[in-house]
Amino acid sequence: MEVPVATERNSIQARSRAWLRASLSQIRVQARRPGDFAFRVLLYLFVGIVLVIVLGIGWVLLSSSWPTIQQFGFKYLTNPAFDPIHNTFGVGPALFGTFFTSAFAILLAVPLSVGTAIFLTEFCPRRLRFPLAFLVDTLAAIPSVAIGLWGFLVFAPWLQQTGEPWLQQHLGFLPFFQGTPYGVGMLAAGLILTAMILPIITAISREVMVVVPVSQREAMLALGATRWEVIRYAVLPYGRVGITGGAILGLGRALGETIAVTLVIGNQATPPSASLFQTGYTLSSVIVNQFGEATPGVFLSAVLEAGLLLLLITLLTNILARLLIARMGRVGGGLTA
Amino acid sequence: MQELVASEGQSQAEIAIDIQRLDAWYGPSQALFDVNLSILPLSVSAAIGPSGSGKSTFVRCLNRMHEEVFGARVTGSVVIEGVNIYAPTINPIYVRRHIGMVFQQPNPLPSRSIYENVAIGARINGLAKGRALDELVERRLRQAALWDEVKDRLSGAPTQLSGGQQQRLCIARALALEPHIVLMDEPCSALDPIATLQVEDLIRQLKQHYTIVIVTHNLQQAARVADRTAFFLSGHLVEEEATAEFFSHPKQKETEDFITGRFG
Amino acid sequence: MSVTAQSTKSNPFEAERNGLQLRRSIVNKLSIILTGFFAICASLFLIYLIGYIAAKGLQFINANFFTQRPRAPGETGGGWATALQGSAIFLSEVGRGPFASFVRFLVDTLTGIPTIIFGLFAWVLIVVPSHSFSAVSGGVALGIIMIPTVARATEEVLRLVPNDQREASAALGATHSRTIMQVVVPAARSGIVTGVMLALARVAGETAPLLMTAGGTPFFNTNLFHQIDAIPLRIFNFTLSPYQIERDQAFSGALVLIVFVVITSLAVRWATGGFKRRGR
Repeated sequence: MEVPVATERNSIQARSRAWLRASLSQIRVQARRPGDFAFRVLLYLFVGIVLVIVLGIGWVLLSSSWPTIQQFGFKYLTNPAFDPIHNTFGVGPALFGTFFTSAFAILLAVPLSVGTAIFLTEFCPRRLRFPLAFLVDTLAAIPSVAIGLWGFLVFAPWLQQTGEPWLQQHLGFLPFFQGTPYGVGMLAAGLILTAMILPIITAISREVMVVVPVSQREAMLALGATRWEVIRYAVLPYGRVGITGGAILGLGRALGETIAVTLVIGNQATPPSASLFQTGYTLSSVIVNQFGEATPGVFLSAVLEAGLLLLLITLLTNILARLLIARMGRVGGGLTA
Repeated sequence: MQELVASEGQSQAEIAIDIQRLDAWYGPSQALFDVNLSILPLSVSAAIGPSGSGKSTFVRCLNRMHEEVFGARVTGSVVIEGVNIYAPTINPIYVRRHIGMVFQQPNPLPSRSIYENVAIGARINGLAKGRALDELVERRLRQAALWDEVKDRLSGAPTQLSGGQQQRLCIARALALEPHIVLMDEPCSALDPIATLQVEDLIRQLKQHYTIVIVTHNLQQAARVADRTAFFLSGHLVEEEATAEFFSHPKQKETEDFITGRFG
Repeated sequence: MSVTAQSTKSNPFEAERNGLQLRRSIVNKLSIILTGFFAICASLFLIYLIGYIAAKGLQFINANFFTQRPRAPGETGGGWATALQGSAIFLSEVGRGPFASFVRFLVDTLTGIPTIIFGLFAWVLIVVPSHSFSAVSGGVALGIIMIPTVARATEEVLRLVPNDQREASAALGATHSRTIMQVVVPAARSGIVTGVMLALARVAGETAPLLMTAGGTPFFNTNLFHQIDAIPLRIFNFTLSPYQIERDQAFSGALVLIVFVVITSLAVRWATGGFKRRGR
């Protein structure tokens, strides 16, 4: 394999060539015989395929969305609808829906999850621990279409007839609970998302809390702390970075959830308000709803741009989460992700 | 605020901690067998012995820390100030609140400032607030011979401190709750020789105000610091004596063997 | 200056009867109750959900039900993904240094991507140009989704193979590649199978990618390049159906799906014993 000597002026080029050279020599050094070398190349090839896929997804989405990006630019983010008749496309309400429902889900899920994790690690009688943890973990294995099915056929009608009117009756002075109850809408989607991300956040919080050193707990115990005070002053502060990482991971999951949300969010645009009862759609439900209608051209690429946006958002949140969890390991919390 | 000084009525012959028929288990295996001992007030008592002899377990039974381990069990009585702390009506939280403890590895709370570390015990027990709390923190840090070194960085993280300083911080933290008794489980094991001497000096000063029980694997340290020494072997209390007498005329053969280094 | 603490109290180890101590005690008890309540709610919700779906879904489960449900194209996807196990082998056997971490990072990133994006990917690449839904495109999408799960599981399992086996093989003169393929991989084989099963379980319940690729059809189909149905897809369509009977049947489908996914995950976890839950 030919490797030219590096005389390029462009330093990025020089660096990448140097990297390539180093990798190849690494393969050569580690492969002592021809059979070995071929094997290694094969391995690197497989890895290359994975690389290609990951980058390829991004590239495909980007290039396919190019027409829409060209035509609408940033207006895409605020345009109110996918309107093939008037040829304007936008995900304004979709972005709103995505963030509104996910924010709701996180606000509700984090206390529930951390609380559950605290119970499972600190208070729960040993014999109950495994069954309860098992139940909470299994919640994550339920396919989203099953939860969506229940949400659409059972939960949403109940919300419309009982849940939401009750909320409106007792808490209607808050802007969140005003407006007409449809059953489907932000509240339904938010609650279902909460249930779906709860297991992840609980699982990570549990792992984080279990590795808090005994010496920390004993420090508080020796001062005459109650069990809650031990948790509050020794366990939770020690694990807060990891727990935050877990919460962000849950957020990423909520942002990207498609099927369950599509079924219960109503898929009808209403002007965005603070009401939880309103229907709307999310970035992912837009894709589901529109891809069947999309004609090649700007329409098609608009759908793909929605996908691109979704990819970017979820990638960012996930990377952030993993960075945080990794930092926990370095700070001295020991969580492997 | 009450100063912690012995009452005029309390003579040296009174007993600070009276341990009777103390047994302790980790699950099914017994760690302490029928320990009977009296600890005198305002003195330093050392518990020595080889690894696994039960000396740490013994000391942790004195403030009901031992039972926090899953499956641990204690029987017998430990009477402090006229009260058996193992009586069924006694809440261990309040036992621990009145007895200070310093651990082998310095364990300040890393997420809280130096000030907060000393203050936290006082805070959760409602001992002081505001300026009174500031004074309390300063007084205890002075008492632990740490004030001058940290007074300019009270809001800094305890992880910036050296091992010896962290241990003195933990001592200050323990003292903040105005205990009569301070337990120390091998407090110098993790420290370098200079820090060790500093802590030993501190112990000698503190015994004017507190009853101190210290676990140590270092015989010379016991000889330097303790008024009385107790020797534990395989969960049994073999011998307990005034330190000078203990080292010069040990009464039991095992004691003598241990002191002369025939095993350990 | 000398006042003792014990002269006024008969029992120094009792709680002072003041507001603070009372509050501490209440807060402590409250925290136990509250967190326990949360935990029980979470667990009860699961039981309720499964119970409800089971109750509504059981009525339609009979032999007929099963013969009318074509299997998901997971098999195509599965074959494809195991071919890419190479990346997993790479990670564990060669995986040191910044490049390996980068690869690992990429693989992990794949897990975080919403599955609909894989559907989009396959849709753009295969469905749109070929103007038809196909099992192949579904398989592609699902296969990609399976990669990180299989890769991670394989990597873990390969790492667990004790080093003496590798050293023995090297001592016998085998090349590095021989060692890996003929000693390490066979030793880890059951673990690798488990990883694949885990990935299959995860993928079996995926609907979004199939919506856009496999299309769904009421007929049996063995041609890989035509539309094919899958359970999650059918559930989705039936849920939105105007016919009550189809909506009811959706529950049965969901029940079957849940049972399959949950039991496979369970079986995998039970078989691997100490292999604790690792992301999903």
